[in-house]
Amino acid sequence: MSAVRALVLTGIVLLAVVLQVTVFAGLSFDGVVPNLALLVVVGAALVRGPEFAAVLGFLGGLAIDLAPPTHHVAGRWALALVVVGYLAGRVRQDAGSSAVSAVLTVAACSFVGTSIFALSGMLLNDPAIPVREALKVIPVAVLYDVLVTPFVLPLVMRVFRRLQPHQVAY
Amino acid sequence: MRPTSPGQRPSRAVLVLLLLASFTIITLDVRGGSSSPVEPLRSAVGTVLGPVENGTAAAVRPFTSVPGFFRTTGGLREDVSRLEAENSQLKGELAGVSVDRNRAAELDGLLASSKSTGYALVPARVVAMGPAQSFSRTVTIDAGTRAGITADMTVLNNDGLVGRVVRADTSTATVLLLVDQDSVVGGRLGSSMEVGFLRGRGSVGGDARLDLDLVDASAAVTRDDSLATWGSRHGAPYVAGVPIGRVVGVSSTPRQQSTQAVIEPYVDFSSLDLVGVVVDRDTLSDRAVIRAGSTSTDSEGGGR
Repeated sequence: MSAVRALVLTGIVLLAVVLQVTVFAGLSFDGVVPNLALLVVVGAALVRGPEFAAVLGFLGGLAIDLAPPTHHVAGRWALALVVVGYLAGRVRQDAGSSAVSAVLTVAACSFVGTSIFALSGMLLNDPAIPVREALKVIPVAVLYDVLVTPFVLPLVMRVFRRLQPHQVAY
Repeated sequence: MRPTSPGQRPSRAVLVLLLLASFTIITLDVRGGSSSPVEPLRSAVGTVLGPVENGTAAAVRPFTSVPGFFRTTGGLREDVSRLEAENSQLKGELAGVSVDRNRAAELDGLLASSKSTGYALVPARVVAMGPAQSFSRTVTIDAGTRAGITADMTVLNNDGLVGRVVRADTSTATVLLLVDQDSVVGGRLGSSMEVGFLRGRGSVGGDARLDLDLVDASAAVTRDDSLATWGSRHGAPYVAGVPIGRVVGVSSTPRQQSTQAVIEPYVDFSSLDLVGVVVDRDTLSDRAVIRAGSTSTDSEGGGR
């Protein structure tokens, strides 16, 4: 059963990564697409807590780092999504209570995740991201993530509730 | 792993472990360069996800080509769902037809650019685009090593230079676009034959611009002058003579060592679809190679 669960989780993460580079490439705003992998991690955090979400964030981030067409140092999105999963898991008691706070959590996570990625790029000089460019991209990314949240997050959370082992019923 | 209950303090060990793992991967990849230990992993993921991306892109192509169509079906309501479904099916067919027509025109254009430049081209479609959040402008094309593509090959379309191949997997390849901040191309001005280096600004939209630094500081640059590639040794990564763009602005200050100009690329990077990869004329490929006037599958032959 847990093998099946792991398989489904891998499938969800890979699906999110593939969709955001293929389908959403046609719907991008100046190249910015919704970060579906981040939404999956936030959804997991709200249902399962920080540890599970951090692990899923690591795997999801690694998938973004390695899936074509990336051309940056591997591990940077993994780092960003580990932090996102952990933070979202820590605030889940408040965030899980209402739709508005869930959306706020997504906005905060999107901001933190994209910023960590941009900062790691600036530190590693990979590529040399001008601050101007980062300041232009991050707000659009946050906005787009918030826009797709009502369509993606409830679905993701329902799937994670279904995938939850039965003995923990809260 | 056991999930923590809401009241319980989560263990920091998992977080620290994962952060260390991320830092380790980053360090390995930065230090390793092109022979990094992450490279086999990247190839494996590329080999597995490449065909998935190809398939997904092929399935949604008629829809993503027409974003307006997407928006109309987004508001489907229950009571008119049947009618709207019928309507959207017809619209989808229509969209597919116009996409096919555009693609045929693009293929014609590619054939023409093969004729004019004399290079052999492997045709390929853009199937995925790197998100702007990753701050690198890259696309995936649906041709890989099986189609005869390797790293450091020139990619162009019927408008001009698109970029270069940075890595090739079995069925896909990653192309670094001209507008990426890491991209540096040698360019030559059409009127004066002066040479310079072009750098991308990282933006793909309608305001995509390139910065040109001319080697000769005293060289005069005029607006609307055209720019083509200068070409590298053995044609890698860039072959010579591919049009890049035109000059839209010139700036020169005494402090600077070189004259600078702003270039508007001929290629529209936000709507890339069919591209051609410049290959050797005798390349073995899993698809028809466009060779200046004739394709390799021409059974009538003798056209070369």
